[in-house]
Amino acid sequence: MDQVILSMKNIHKKFPGVYALSGVDFELKQGEVHALLGENGAGKSTLIKILAGIYTADEGEIYLKGERIRINGVQQSQALGISVIHQELCLAPNMTVADNIFLGKEIVNKAGFVNFHKQNKAAQELLKSLGLAIDATAIVSQLSVAQQQLVEIAKALSFAARIIVMDEPTASLTLREVELLFATINNLKRKNIAVIYISHRMEELFRVADRVSVLRDGKYIGTRVTTATTREELIAMMVGRELKDLYKRTFHPLGKTVLEVRNLSRRKMLNGISFTLKKGEILGISGLVGSGRTELARAIFGIDRYDSGEILVAGKKVEITSPVHALDQGIILIPEDRKRQGLVLVNSVSYNLTLAVLKQFIRMIGVNKRLEKHLVDTYIDQLSIKTPSHEQLINNLSGGNQQKVVIAKWLATSPRVLILDEPTRGVDVGAKAELYAIINMLAEQGVGIIMISSELPEIIGMSDRVLVMHNGRIAGSLIRGELNQEKIMHLATGGVKDAS
Amino acid sequence: MQAKVDNNSFLINKSVLAVPVKYLKRNAGILIGLSAMCVMLTFLSPSFLTSGNILNVLRQVSTNANIALGMTLVILTGGIDLSVGSTMALAGTMSAGFIALSGLPVWLAISLGLFVGIMVGLFNGFVITKTGMPPFIVTMAMTSMARGLVYVYTNGLPVRTLDPIYNKVGNGYLGPIPLPVIYTTVLYISVMILLYQTKLGRHIYAVGGNREAARFSGINIARVEMVVYTLIGFLSAVSGIVLCARMYSGQPTIGQGYELDAIAAVILGGTSFTGGVGTIGGTIIGVLVIGFLNNGLNILGVSSFWQLIIKGVIILLAVYIDILKKKSRKD
Repeated sequence: MDQVILSMKNIHKKFPGVYALSGVDFELKQGEVHALLGENGAGKSTLIKILAGIYTADEGEIYLKGERIRINGVQQSQALGISVIHQELCLAPNMTVADNIFLGKEIVNKAGFVNFHKQNKAAQELLKSLGLAIDATAIVSQLSVAQQQLVEIAKALSFAARIIVMDEPTASLTLREVELLFATINNLKRKNIAVIYISHRMEELFRVADRVSVLRDGKYIGTRVTTATTREELIAMMVGRELKDLYKRTFHPLGKTVLEVRNLSRRKMLNGISFTLKKGEILGISGLVGSGRTELARAIFGIDRYDSGEILVAGKKVEITSPVHALDQGIILIPEDRKRQGLVLVNSVSYNLTLAVLKQFIRMIGVNKRLEKHLVDTYIDQLSIKTPSHEQLINNLSGGNQQKVVIAKWLATSPRVLILDEPTRGVDVGAKAELYAIINMLAEQGVGIIMISSELPEIIGMSDRVLVMHNGRIAGSLIRGELNQEKIMHLATGGVKDAS
Repeated sequence: MQAKVDNNSFLINKSVLAVPVKYLKRNAGILIGLSAMCVMLTFLSPSFLTSGNILNVLRQVSTNANIALGMTLVILTGGIDLSVGSTMALAGTMSAGFIALSGLPVWLAISLGLFVGIMVGLFNGFVITKTGMPPFIVTMAMTSMARGLVYVYTNGLPVRTLDPIYNKVGNGYLGPIPLPVIYTTVLYISVMILLYQTKLGRHIYAVGGNREAARFSGINIARVEMVVYTLIGFLSAVSGIVLCARMYSGQPTIGQGYELDAIAAVILGGTSFTGGVGTIGGTIIGVLVIGFLNNGLNILGVSSFWQLIIKGVIILLAVYIDILKKKSRKD
């Protein structure tokens, strides 16, 4: 267990204009889970890409089992037993699990045809050895995201991987699926495989990692044994300062009801949802993925049609059958997946920021450039978006800044009701604090806010009231004083609220 | 937070030079290619760089230019229109037929011809937005249907008309400039205003750049698509009518393979095939490259069989260079 399998020493990597890594050290022992922690842009991905053979280091040495190696190219990295599981899964969706595991190294008979029987059997054994109850002949697209991720792990093992890198593996998993992943990681440890684990979620690191190494601005800050450190210490190492109060919430008496939802139902996804939202209120919506949280948001915003029920805005009944209607009513949804639903990545900051409010500066014909610039400047300033210029491609900004542009884009419509779906997903701690401050500011301005989140500390820290969803219903409602993780989880997993 | 509306500053651009400089930078590669080609042709053939030849090329090019203009919009939304050649034939032949066979006045015949193009485009747009079938399939089916309609209408034979006004539409001049070049110029300016100065223009980029994000932004995607397919139908009809007018007859076989030249021009002009990225300025260069290439090879007496091969190779090379450029920018 204590044998060092990989060590990277004094790694340097420069890109035009950016010193991505300057003198980073990293050491990995056999059978350990070693977390890599750092804000976006700290150099985690660059380090991993060097290991995966996508980039080559400008300077520095890499040792595998004490032997100096050079990694040139992805294939060589795999041959050395290094396997990277990226955030975006790389499986062929319409093929079976076994086909995917043996993709590119199919088991063939003498005539050169694939021996599916043998292949399925071998795949099933591999899955079993990981303790996974996944059918090797199942079609990948019919598996959940979590199961697909586990298939990726099995695939990595089939390459005789000795080091597995997981990049934000829990980003899109439900709590139950996370448990399954953790159990699998423990199985990997037992097989003496070393895991490099990248995640922003602090709670997870303490559960799954043996050691944590922190990077900041391309520099190596230090390594801690997880049992001998604290959340606060790690955050301080990450951001270079103490982050005392992440959730800055100022509470005020609430205003009038701005949104009321009565008995909203949609097929099997939503079942008789009723609630009210007041001016200046932050209403948290918690629940497992698939509990109907996102579906509720989509129905209110008019992306999906609801079958029955009523929506009232400021006391008046409204018909919302498309986002156009919702925007007219001052209801906006900041979607959960900013790259897929929030941004046109191939276009500029300015273009994206103004897409929902073009009518403010474009008449029938003619763009008022000055007004457009003024609008963009206002929000860049107000949300302190870091971008070299208005015309910068949005894809080149960091995750936190992209998310701010997404928020600015919809804020510019001057909403009455703001629905946030996973507002801080994939955003580093520093940017999170800024986003919370923005959300709080909006509540102070009297916007009614619905915040959907999988991160319980965030829900608890920010909400006036929390609705917990389960199986398309509201399982319970908790007010600020009675919020804690256990109560929310109890309701989210199908428990009932105590009468007390 | 609502910004104040300033009434006087619409359409005002401060830096006059910023736009052309950006244009040159963005299209540097293909512009160098175009210039090199022109210089080479000038040396190889004395008749190339004469005002007569250049105006002749521009007139020939205008047919493809109109279609490529519509194709730019369609490809910007992430779609494709394969039916442009058949639409040309249908609209052109029917306009000639309305004069020769039905005895309608020229202005009415041409208007009806344009209307036919608009209807073809509307039909494409309607089917694509209502059924969710891919544009490739829908417009491929339309290619066959429209061509079939032309043959049904004409019985497969050309429709001759010697109406002098109709012929003037295709062969006339304004001063030294052929009328088709004038039409194309007007159309380009109009569509550029549409794309760069209206909300619809930005919506076109959003639909192709990220459909989901466009939907979440409250953009009516179906309307945007209806507009672009209708526009390309109209623009194809313009080309078809002008071409028939120039030939004194409605030719049911015209326009075959024209979708390829149009798509090639758009792609050479730097528009991304996946949508969301591209400019009309780029398409202009693309159209000129294809046009001068055809003309140059003709002047040099290269057989039309070889011309096809050379054109294919050049398209492959140009797009490959573009990919290389994008890659080097990423690293």
